[in-house]
This record gives sequence, C-alpha cells and structure tokens, in this order.
Amino acid sequence: MSFVEYSEFIQEGDVAIIFLGHDSMMPVKVQQGAQTQTRYGVIRHSKDLIGQRFGTKVTCSKGGWVYVLHPTPELWTLNLPHRTQILYTTDIANITMMLELKPGSVVCESGTGSGSLSHAILRTIAPTGHLHTVEFHQQRAEKAAEEFREHRVGHLVTVRNQDVCKEGFGVTGVADAVFLDIPSPWEAVKHAKNAMKRQGGRVCSFSPCIEQVQKTVEALANEGFQEISTLEVLLRVHDVRSITLPLPDFGSDQPLETPTDTPVPSNASVLCKTTTPPRDMAGHTGYLTFATKPSV
Amino acid sequence: MADNGDNDSQHRVNEGDYVVLKRGDIYKAVQIQKKKKTVFEKQWFFLDNAVGELYGTTFEVVTGGILQPRKPKCVESSADAKEAGMDNRNILDDGKSQKLTRDDIETLKEQGLKGQEIVQQLIENSTTFRDKTEFAQEKYIKKKKKKYENSVMVLRPSCRVLAMMYHGREPGKICHLRYDTLAQMLTLGNIHAGSKVLVFETCAGLVLGAVMERMGGYGSVVQMYPGGGPVRAGMESFGFPSRFHDTLHEFPICHVNALLAGALDTEAKDIDAGGQEKKVKMEEKRKKLAAAAAVLEGRNADGLVIASRFHPCPVLLGLIKFLAPSRPFVVYSQYKEPLIECYTKLREQGGAVSLRLTDSWIRHYQVLPNRTHPVLLMSGGGGYLLSGTTVAADTPKMGPTRGEEPPPKRLKLTETTEG
Repeated sequence: MSFVEYSEFIQEGDVAIIFLGHDSMMPVKVQQGAQTQTRYGVIRHSKDLIGQRFGTKVTCSKGGWVYVLHPTPELWTLNLPHRTQILYTTDIANITMMLELKPGSVVCESGTGSGSLSHAILRTIAPTGHLHTVEFHQQRAEKAAEEFREHRVGHLVTVRNQDVCKEGFGVTGVADAVFLDIPSPWEAVKHAKNAMKRQGGRVCSFSPCIEQVQKTVEALANEGFQEISTLEVLLRVHDVRSITLPLPDFGSDQPLETPTDTPVPSNASVLCKTTTPPRDMAGHTGYLTFATKPSV
Repeated sequence: MADNGDNDSQHRVNEGDYVVLKRGDIYKAVQIQKKKKTVFEKQWFFLDNAVGELYGTTFEVVTGGILQPRKPKCVESSADAKEAGMDNRNILDDGKSQKLTRDDIETLKEQGLKGQEIVQQLIENSTTFRDKTEFAQEKYIKKKKKKYENSVMVLRPSCRVLAMMYHGREPGKICHLRYDTLAQMLTLGNIHAGSKVLVFETCAGLVLGAVMERMGGYGSVVQMYPGGGPVRAGMESFGFPSRFHDTLHEFPICHVNALLAGALDTEAKDIDAGGQEKKVKMEEKRKKLAAAAAVLEGRNADGLVIASRFHPCPVLLGLIKFLAPSRPFVVYSQYKEPLIECYTKLREQGGAVSLRLTDSWIRHYQVLPNRTHPVLLMSGGGGYLLSGTTVAADTPKMGPTRGEEPPPKRLKLTETTEG
C-alpha cells in the first residue's frame, strides 16, 4: 500500500480505511496482533486484515460487518486528524487542474497544515515529481513529515519548518507550481516568484477573506504575474430518495346518493424517485486566486 | 537575464508542436506548421515566428499576418492623473460622443496602427471621456483594448486550457462538461501514474487526454468506444510524446459481453479475403484487440471514468465489472435523472459504497480596488457526477443493504379535524 500506488493485499504497516456505512469511516494502522473497536464489534488485524484483499467485507466480533478500503488522498481528507482547518476535495480538484499538476511536476506549498492537499499533490506528481512544503509550526511540520513516511511517500516530499514570508520555500527556480494557504499570502508572492522556474509556472492562493484576495491580487500584478483570476467553487450534493406523494381526491363526477355523507378517502399515491438537497451545505470555503508567471 | 538556450529547449515552441492560441478568454488549439495560414478571432496569420520562442510568449499580429513577440514590460499608461469626472449625472448616452466613424477606424487599421494606438485615438476623439469617472475611464479603455487588441499568446496545451477551450467554443462536443466538473472527475477517480484506467467517453477525446495527462505515460489506459473507431481529436491536441501512445489501448464495446462471458476469440486466423494490405491491417486490428482484451480480462482495473451521451446506467453496470474491489469510479451526465437511475440500480445490486450524486457550482470574481465583486455572468450548470468506490461483490441476496436512505415517511392522508 502507498498513497501513490495501489496494491491488492493488506500488509502490516499499511494504513487502511474502515468503511462502516453511510459516510462513516475510520483510518487504521494495520499491525500484527492489534485490534480495532467498532460499533459492529472488534476487528482483529492479524486474522481479519493482514493478507486480505482491499475491498473485502470483514465480519466483526459482534456479527456486524464493515468494508476495508485502500487509502486514497480523497479518503484521507475525510478521515485525517485535523490539526488545522483543511482543504476539501472540491477545492483540491480545482487547484490540481488549474495549477496543471501532473507526474513530474515540482510543487512548492505553504502552509502544510494537516497535509490534506499535500497528499493529493503527492499522488498527482508521483513518481518523478517533488513537493517542497513549508510549515512554520514545528510540531505540525514534524507530524506531517512522520505521516508522509508512514504513507510511503517520504521520498517525494521535503518538509521545511520555516516562515515562507521571511525565508521563502528553501528552493529557487525549480517549481512548476506554487500554492499558498497562509494568512498573508501577499507577503510570500515574491518568494513564490523566486521559487518558480524562470520559464514560467502557475501560482494559486487560497484565502477565506476577500480583503486578503484583494491584497494578493495587487501583489501578483505588481510582480508581473498574468492571467490573474479569482474564483470560488462549491459542491452541491443530491440525496437520492424515493418519495410517495398522495394524490388529491376530487371525488366522483357522478352525483352522490347521499351528498351529506363524508365520502371514503382514496389512498391513491404516486411513487417518485428524485433527489433532495441536504438541509445545509458548505456555503464558503475560500476564494481561489490563480495566476501565471510569465516566461522571462 | 542570461538565456541558457540548452535548458530552455523543452520550454520553447517547436515546429509540429500542438499549441493553444489565446486572446483574453478565447482559446484555439492548433498545430504549428510553417508557411500555413491560421485563422483566430477573425484574423489570419502565420505561426512561423512562434518557433523558437518560449511558451507563454505574447505576440502582436502585424500587417502581413506576421507574429512579433511583444516586449514584456508593455507600458501600462496609468491614467496619468488626467481629467476625470465625479459621477455620470451630466453624461448623455446619445451615441454621438465618439467622433471617429467606423470608416475612420478602418482607415487607421489599414495604416497599420497598433491596437494601443487605435485606443488612444478613440479616447482623444471621445467628447465624454474626460467627464467619466476614473473607474469608468479604466473600464472604457479595457473594453476598447479588448476590441482592438491584436495580441495572441501561445500556450502549451494542458487539461486546464483545453477544457476551457472546449467549454467555451464547442460545449456540445463535450456533452457540456464544464472544466471544474472535469477537475472533480480526475481527482475523485484518483487518476494517477501507474494505474490502469478505463475510459468511456464521447467528449471528442478531451476526457481521454485529461486522464492521460494525469498518468504521465505510466500505467495503461483502455479507451472503450462505441461504433466504428475511437475518437481522439481532443487527446491529440494535448501533444503527448509518442511513448504516451504506447500505454493507450482501445476496445470496442460491442465485444464487452463476449469478453465478460469468456467467449471473445482473439486468435490469429487465416483470412483469404482481400489483398496483402488488407491482411496486414486486419492483423494489426486483431493484435490491438487481443492486447486490450488481455488488459481487461483480469477484471482488475484501478479506475473507471464515464462521460458520454449514452445513458450512463447500462454503461456503468456493464463496465464496473472490470474494476478491482476498492477502486473509484466516476460517471458524468449532462442530466441528473439518468444518474438517479444509476444510483438506484447500484444500491440494489450492491458492490459499491460511498455513492454520491453531486454537481459543482463555480463563480468568478472581478478583483479591483473598490470594485471587487462577482462577475455578472455565471455558468448555469456544468453537469452532474455520480461517484463511488467498488467493494468485493456480495454473496447474492444479502437482504436489505445497510440503508443509506432514511425509510420513507408514513403517509398522512386526511387532516384530522374533529368537528
């Protein structure tokens, strides 16, 4: 198992995602002799996981069952321990495409945060690309580095514990793409430009507040970036439902024998397969600003 | 900045390259061929001068249809603290403020005036320009520049650029798949180097190309196709190196059932009909079919991407059989109802979890000091996606699946109004 390569069978040391049903999942670190408690009972790693195929159904001690899934960056995003607010798949998907990431891309990212986007980037740039990720919080930087190692992607990433606004990304002239998710991205624009290849590249800044966006766009324009564009994306989920709608009873068009009697209501109804929106939805995550560094 | 020509070569335009021309928000995919006239935005020009320049360079189109690289530091005349008004209360919009006639402007164009210079002429000959507010002046200049500018940017093709191009130019060819929806598909499908991906699309090859770009030439892609042959125009526009094509297989869907039943015969046969050339062609075809069948037979594909004008339900139910367990699939449809059917059938037959029917909403912003707001026009819709993950096929008739739908409410037929 690795986050950048599929494998068929579960092995010790793997991270697996236990699927409990209906949006309920949990990550587990597979270890000989270990056990995992779920509401359906106990999962014994040695017996139930190691050597099994990813995707199989595992029956737990109480008789209930779960599925064991191969980890992907998308599943990880939904299950990772939050050390900061994270980016979700909808934004990640657009960032990946708009930054033109692909195998071999060299990417600079700050801040690393909880590693949600980092894992998605690593999956996309493997096996020949590299991610330089900067996190100014020491414990978060260490935790991220540890997770990358456990997820067998350590060879594709370098974590640096420093302040990107003051010291940059630690590399110059190598990046195809730069991503900023920090409080003051306009202070890092110059460093982003330096980190990028001389022949050009793409940059993205993610900010929750419009004031941040305005300052960042100004800084990008001043540094000569082109194709500056700001957008936001939201995902709408449609819950599939079978609904039964009763039909009104307008009565018979023949006169009733005794008009004063209340007629027996008919139970006629119609079954519809349709979707309904959930009660709430994510209304805002952040604004995404993209730009191109022109070739010099 | 010293130009190290050697390192640059992969960043420079070569003859034969597939590129994308850009002006503002208009894109067009073309192939660089010397001495060939290209038309773009009602202008004819030759691409010869682009060869050798860096990708991302902006060119001016000068008389004769010649491209001239534009100096990077184009002097942006900051509205030099010129005259400007405070508001528009006294400005009459009677269509008479511009003194230059259409013929005058044509004459200027013929005289070879650059776009910048024409705009300057328009400003000088406008009676109301100096009464406009600074913001209105900037907006006016931007509008005129867009109309009269002559520049063309030469871009390297990418999923981003091509998806935007197709969506803007020929959405019907790609089933109205909007670029952010395509972005979702590639990520939800976990498309990455080294995997084995099945693609069924009728989006001119754009989706196929996007998948191949994310695979970087590693792993394999099987394009399932309806009809006579696979459509690849969109994929060709990506300009992939030839080694990428080695990872691409094709398989006609008319043989899917035979393959699933183990009844597909891909052995070489002696066919008398036709001459030598025809024999060679048929042998080629047979080899390709056999190769694709070999890739599919194991039923261990890592991903499935569907985006077509066909009803997605039978497509999905048929092709999902080729996927290994615990692998993602993504189905795009321009319409929601067919996907509701897919969802329902999949729930019934089992074998998939985390089913989600989604669509994405995208909004662009204009960001200018004191003028920041969403752009006025917005995309009405970009299609729908059904995504999920396969799991090991159940032993049949497991009983009610762990419900992902709450049970339907009890019917309330009559109001209980006690008289």
